[in-house]
Amino acid sequence: MQLTIILGRRLFYAAALIAAVVVLNFLLIRLAPGDPALTIAGEMGGATEEIIEDIRRTYGLDEPLHHQLLVYMKRMLSGDLGDSLFFNTPVMDLILARLGPTVLLVMTAMTLAVTLGSFLGVLAARNPEGLFSNLITVLSLVGYSAPVFWTGIMLLIVFSAMIPLFPLSGMYDVRLGATGLALAVDVLHHLILPAFTLGIIFLAQYSRISRASMLDVLGADYVRTARAKGLSERVVLYKHALRNAVLPVVTLAGLQFGSMLSGAVLVETVYNWPGLGQLAFESILRRDHPTILGILFFASGMVVVANLLTDLTYRIIDPRIRTGRS
Amino acid sequence: MSIVRSIARIAIVSLAIAGLASPVHAAEPKPGGTLVVGAGAGVRHLNPAVQSGGATGVPGTQIFAGLVRVDDKFVPHPYLAKSWEVSGDGMSYTFHLVENARFHDGEPITSKDVAFSLATVKANHPFGIAMFDAVDRVDTPDPHTAVIRLKKPHPALMQALAPLLMPVIPEHVFGDGQEPKTHPMNAMPIGSGPFKYKEWVKGQHVILERNDDFFIEGRPYLDRIIIKFIKEASVALLALEKGEVDYYPFARVRFRDIPKMEENPDLNVSTRGYEALGPINYVEFNMRNAPFDDVRVRAAVAYAIDQDFMVGKLHGGVPHPGYSPFYRASPFHSDELNKYEVDLERAAALLDEAGYKPDEDGVRMKVTLDYPTFHIDSLTNGANYLKSQLKKVGIDVELRAPADFPSWAQQISSWDYQFTMNNHWNYPDPVIGVHRIYLCDNIKKQIWSNTQGYCNEEVDALLKEAGRTLDFDKRKALYGDFQLHVSRDLPLYYINQEPYVTAYRNSVMNPPETVWGAMQPMDQVWLDR
Repeated sequence: MQLTIILGRRLFYAAALIAAVVVLNFLLIRLAPGDPALTIAGEMGGATEEIIEDIRRTYGLDEPLHHQLLVYMKRMLSGDLGDSLFFNTPVMDLILARLGPTVLLVMTAMTLAVTLGSFLGVLAARNPEGLFSNLITVLSLVGYSAPVFWTGIMLLIVFSAMIPLFPLSGMYDVRLGATGLALAVDVLHHLILPAFTLGIIFLAQYSRISRASMLDVLGADYVRTARAKGLSERVVLYKHALRNAVLPVVTLAGLQFGSMLSGAVLVETVYNWPGLGQLAFESILRRDHPTILGILFFASGMVVVANLLTDLTYRIIDPRIRTGRS
Repeated sequence: MSIVRSIARIAIVSLAIAGLASPVHAAEPKPGGTLVVGAGAGVRHLNPAVQSGGATGVPGTQIFAGLVRVDDKFVPHPYLAKSWEVSGDGMSYTFHLVENARFHDGEPITSKDVAFSLATVKANHPFGIAMFDAVDRVDTPDPHTAVIRLKKPHPALMQALAPLLMPVIPEHVFGDGQEPKTHPMNAMPIGSGPFKYKEWVKGQHVILERNDDFFIEGRPYLDRIIIKFIKEASVALLALEKGEVDYYPFARVRFRDIPKMEENPDLNVSTRGYEALGPINYVEFNMRNAPFDDVRVRAAVAYAIDQDFMVGKLHGGVPHPGYSPFYRASPFHSDELNKYEVDLERAAALLDEAGYKPDEDGVRMKVTLDYPTFHIDSLTNGANYLKSQLKKVGIDVELRAPADFPSWAQQISSWDYQFTMNNHWNYPDPVIGVHRIYLCDNIKKQIWSNTQGYCNEEVDALLKEAGRTLDFDKRKALYGDFQLHVSRDLPLYYINQEPYVTAYRNSVMNPPETVWGAMQPMDQVWLDR
């Protein structure tokens, strides 16, 4: 009962938040320099005034701003995100075609970062001053601070060009025309480098957080009790300590979903991954306002959903939250 | 020789030849195989009748045929038109179409489609008016004869009939009353060319398949063309080295990287072709405001630039010095104009004369130079070179690079700049590519018009006369006068002519290297592997 109330309230806030994001984005995007009609004309190598006026008329860019916003909001309520200025196709179709690859990439990278990061953090916490711990700290720092497009290109040069282990770009090899299982394997093959590139930035933070929180927990009374009971180190570490130490990791994962999406913009561009990030990047360069707005709408929706899920996960992992407001 | 006569002669000579002679490889072409083409820019749609530019042009000229195709010397050859005649007064062109030609859906290609295509291009293409305003009507006396009737002489007509500029599109598909610019079939067109549309995954690839029913017997050689979009230039080059891409036109390569690429035994790097685009780089002055409203200040900037140094030292000798508004391969190009060869003393004297005296720090004026980021060698490095040269004559330049193309384009097209680096295409005829930059009535708030605000009635008259003069020698003389005038008035100062770089693997035979480069039918390309 209580859960439904909480969920209902959360959903209401989420909807209000998304509406605010839409209006803000709509206005912000028009503050950016660059006129969509001129950009389209520029892509064509120049055009006459009549053609430019024609483009403006076709896409309703000649209407006053508040009118454009009203029309946009009204259409949005019926699930219509408008048409792309670049492709002339419904933005919804463009986004739906790109959603799958992005979710696949981000979720893989996230899983990789969270599991591998926590695991490394736990290992490091066992002997915080040891060589291994220091090595992880250094690697984490490098992974965190290297720009993602640089990491991407370096990984490509080493693991695709010099040592031809992985393909260079795209989500599958179109020359093969594979289907079914062969296609799945091909996609997996293409997924490894981009997922690793995206994961590596976040891996650093997870390993640092889980190392720190593990160190905290390992000093707690109940861990000493567990050890005193004569439980094996493995059980103490993974069953008693980790469960509590993982809470900050989950918080971080929820918070970072948004930055993961923005990281995907660059990773998808470097690896030519056909996701929302790549579409976002190109749409900005093209001043394709409806597409940018649609992507931002979806992205904010995804972040809100991720936060909701984080809350729910919390309740599952931590019984204290389930029983009351303490 | 008059252009009318030359066209008539070519028509007779080439009657028997179906297509272009291909002298590059004597080996027997091997049929089959898939050519993977690397592309940097995403494509808006696949119909070049209503969209200009290379992204649409490369797939578009595979999907659609034109009346003629043009070789590496601007000479038109038969394509969908097997022959043609030009009337004595040059006012009507009669084209005889190939009789067995069919669209990809099996419908025959008729003169009605030709008339429809021309009307569609005229009304919707960014250069439709420049190309076909002179056309009065297209008569279709029978399904295989199309007569283009002009209302005034139009020397650029034949060049405007290349597949890129006037693709022959099916009336029964595009003539259904929907808006041509946003027609849904632009994304999956039914065409008339050597390759058929198969698939387009946005941001990923376009797949074209061999048209088995192509009207030239035995062509094309390739089974399939895959155009693969790779946004990152460095990744595209890696893909080429690895063999994931075979052919990379408009390769975004730094000039200094070319020698390194040439060392790779699997690769060829070419700067041939694309004369019909004729890209030329220049410094553009906003002539409305001080200090560049004064021709002496503009001339001082020109005198500060050492083109030979730029081309030879900065750019490794890849581009060519260029002083003329005409691309060096254009038949109208000539060297007879004021070149402003580097002379710093002269520059300083001109600035003195214009009243810009140096202060105690030696600074005469502070100006801002905006430069776009789409040509890193010529325009970005060029801007930096210009800053250091102008400092020597007391002009303190602040460099400013707007965030991306749309930002820069908006700034220039709203005339909100002092001077900028710029690049325009000549296109196959000055009527399309050059006039727009200089005509008084084209001072517009749009990119690649007369944004500098230049107006000289004598120049206007020369251009208008040249635009309707059929006799080649007379026309060339008019353009010669024109370029003398503008090199004196100096609304723009041309700095170099930069070729497009094509990189391809050794296995690619007969790569397209006509004046249209990769924007020509690739029916003669084959793979040796």
